[in-house]
Amino acid sequence: MKAGYYWLVVCAVLIASGCSSLGVKPWERNLLAREDMLMDADALDLAFDEHIYFSKEASSGGQGFAGGGCGCN
Amino acid sequence: MRKFLLVLLLAVSPLKAEIYNISQLDLKSHQGKVVYLDFWASWCKPCQKSFPWMNSLLEKYPSETFTIITVNLDAEPDAMHQFLSKVEANFDIYHDPSGRIADQFEIEGMPTSYLIDSSGKVVKKHIGFYTRQVDRYEREIEELL
Repeated sequence: MKAGYYWLVVCAVLIASGCSSLGVKPWERNLLAREDMLMDADALDLAFDEHIYFSKEASSGGQGFAGGGCGCN
Repeated sequence: MRKFLLVLLLAVSPLKAEIYNISQLDLKSHQGKVVYLDFWASWCKPCQKSFPWMNSLLEKYPSETFTIITVNLDAEPDAMHQFLSKVEANFDIYHDPSGRIADQFEIEGMPTSYLIDSSGKVVKKHIGFYTRQVDRYEREIEELL
């Protein structure tokens, strides 16, 4: 029974710490900061997407965002 | 004539940044001076904006009591060299491609800078660089000098 508790604690700690190192560090954002990584990098592609969303889903906008990805603004 | 040649020589040979490996960084060797420690990367626009200001600090404050140390966090050294061929840097640069030191300093954004007093204690931390706050940054340095 005691061993069962022991393993339960070990598993809980392992599961809890599994997500501790997720995410991109600020100095690793160089790829995300590239212009071609923007949601609106290609104007033609953006126009096609906008048209599809507008005609099929009756929604528009929300394709771009401000900021270069350095996490300082 | 000699004076003219000296002026010409100084004009054509501006102070250039020395680039070191991060393993060579020894902050303890700078104890006794106020240190402005800056973490930057070539792709970060605010970092680029801070360079002329950091150069001006070196002219403003005496080198006996103040120094600037910067840590570059580009994974690719070529990106750093390309950046430095365009932007003037008159201070030492330590290249930390794996972000080992950045991790230790718990960098939250780019650029991040630390103001370290003459006893080696971190006094201030700035996340980002804002030209409108330059006066405040300088006031904080002057309080420590």
